[in-house]
Amino acid sequence: MNLTSIIFLLLSLMAVGSSLMMISSKSPVHSVLWLIVVFFAISGHYILLNAQFLAIVNIIVYAGAIMVLFLFVVMLMNLNAETEPIKNYRLQLVGIVAGGTLLLIIIYAVMKIDVENLVEMKVGDAGLIKNLGMNLFKNYVLPFEISSVLFLSAMIGAVVIGKKDELSK
Amino acid sequence: MQALTNKAKQVNRAPMSFMEKLYLPAIIKGMMITFSHIFKKKPTINYPEKKRPFSPVFRGLQILNRDEEGRENCTACGLCAVACPAEAITMEAAERQPGEEHLYKEEKYAAKYEINMLRCIFCGLCEEACPKDAIYLSETFTPADYQRKQFIYSKNDLLIPHPKENEEAYLKALGNRPQKQTL
Amino acid sequence: MMLAMDFAFLIEKLILIVVVVFASLGIAMYTTFAERKVAAILQDRRGPNRAGPFGLLQPLADGMKLFFKEEIIPNFSSKTLFILGPALAMLTACMTSAVIPWGNKVELFGRSIDLQIADVNIGILYVFGVVSLGVYGIMIGAWASNNKFSLMGGLRAASQIISYELAMGISMIALLMVTGTLSLKEMVVQQQHGYWNVVYQPLGFLIFLICAFAECNRTPFDLPEAENELIGGYHTEYSSMKLGFYLFSEYINMFISSVVMATLFFGGYDLPFFDESTLAPNIAAIIGVAALMAKVIAFIFLFMWVRWTIPRFRYDQLMHLGWRILIPLALFNMLATGGAILYFGK
Repeated sequence: MNLTSIIFLLLSLMAVGSSLMMISSKSPVHSVLWLIVVFFAISGHYILLNAQFLAIVNIIVYAGAIMVLFLFVVMLMNLNAETEPIKNYRLQLVGIVAGGTLLLIIIYAVMKIDVENLVEMKVGDAGLIKNLGMNLFKNYVLPFEISSVLFLSAMIGAVVIGKKDELSK
Repeated sequence: MQALTNKAKQVNRAPMSFMEKLYLPAIIKGMMITFSHIFKKKPTINYPEKKRPFSPVFRGLQILNRDEEGRENCTACGLCAVACPAEAITMEAAERQPGEEHLYKEEKYAAKYEINMLRCIFCGLCEEACPKDAIYLSETFTPADYQRKQFIYSKNDLLIPHPKENEEAYLKALGNRPQKQTL
Repeated sequence: MMLAMDFAFLIEKLILIVVVVFASLGIAMYTTFAERKVAAILQDRRGPNRAGPFGLLQPLADGMKLFFKEEIIPNFSSKTLFILGPALAMLTACMTSAVIPWGNKVELFGRSIDLQIADVNIGILYVFGVVSLGVYGIMIGAWASNNKFSLMGGLRAASQIISYELAMGISMIALLMVTGTLSLKEMVVQQQHGYWNVVYQPLGFLIFLICAFAECNRTPFDLPEAENELIGGYHTEYSSMKLGFYLFSEYINMFISSVVMATLFFGGYDLPFFDESTLAPNIAAIIGVAALMAKVIAFIFLFMWVRWTIPRFRYDQLMHLGWRILIPLALFNMLATGGAILYFGK
């Protein structure tokens, strides 16, 4: 058991533990905060995989921007621990079925993992910024551009929704 | 409308030019103004170490005067109380007994003399009304206190130190304020 | 692999971390003093001059006062989050200093020591990431206060920081296109041999500067704590040293962003018109650190100078400036930089 494995195990424990906390905590604000901890654990995994760029972008984009917006919405809605929105048992059943299916898929995927090379560090350099850039703009130009068009359309959509009142006049 | 003075400035509501819209020239101009203030003279005085001299007409806390031999000047005539626009002064008169000549200058004196410093407006009318040069305004402030009742100054608080027993304090309390010429 | 690491190397880094953290705390402490003194001088006053000679012990007196104040935790607030808020604000403020090159190599005890805690190849992104986390300290504290004014202050802070992060990031991209590296150390080395980056990126620097003001919540962007609208803003409910941490983290942020701006645009520890390589390495390092500190002090003075010149923005003006002026300007700057690089084939 070397240091890398210990770090890997700690990060995994942190990720799994805080995701469980995220699901089980009653207050939505606490859920959001636990989710941020999950992102940090995942960023730690990225660093173990020698993908520092992905790690830091994960923190900037997800923890730094998207979760702030989540927190924003949750705080403004003033959801407290007492307000439990879903009391519908049928809806809960649907949730259990959907979640269970996902769990089965994950278990199947985990069973196929090569356990011998569970922890790898500093192998593969696709996550380094230079190689990532080369990959994106040489090998995967088309998907990259298509996804940027997708983002552009989402942005235009957001602007249109924001401007709705003025347009209807 | 006819303006009363020519001090009013017409507001310029013309749309801003490009340079004005940039804001940066205006910001730099403003920053230059604040920067120039670094080199300006500072009007502040380090107060307890350095005190600003009082103006010759400064009117401070009242003082009950004594003559050169240390006898109280006040005869409790009540003119100061009448003159006081804030009605801050009250007094009770008493007759001088034989053997008290070294204490009081005239046959009648003030047994009780109180000024409510919360009411006093330091106008100096008491000083002007006094025929005996018994009360005048000194060059000290009324110090702060914790209770309202402590602002009612009794005769002990107001009397000037004895000129013979404590000359230094007497001169200090007298101050440099020009005295009213009494006849 | 990590266990094989040199033991002396570990100690060396540990000492460097302690020195850097304490130095930034000390500088932030005296920045609070300088803030009051500069404010006084700009307003023709004298400023604090009672505690110690020239008032130099004033920050200690301020700190002592904060320590001895009564500590109040609101009854309905979430206690852990209430404590977590200022702790996070302080932590994120201190974390940024890890990737900053403070000077050249020093030779001590026969070892060549880098005056940088970690020369990671994504240095500038790390700074950016930590800055984007800084908002959590404010938001968590604001929400945990269970106070409408605090919440509004926190929301203002969050939306302001997110808005200005975009323009900051885009202006940084233009800079990265010029330098071609993300490592702060390499950027400084490049600037030592060529011109400072501000020569190539004047517009980018201006945008970065404005965004740095906004990220530090400094006037004219200090809306999160606009006292005439929000009482105290996000720290309304805070008292004692927790309030002290919030106020203090602002000064650390100011210091760190000054260091980052000096490193990115003004050559870091490079002394202009002077070739350091002719000197002994230790003297060169000391001169380098001194040069960096001089630049930092100039920037901190700029922060204060602006504070006492420009009044606070209205919130819609703030958003207008961020989204409709700075972001298009930053995009234009990026395009122009790209075009220039293509044209001149740099």
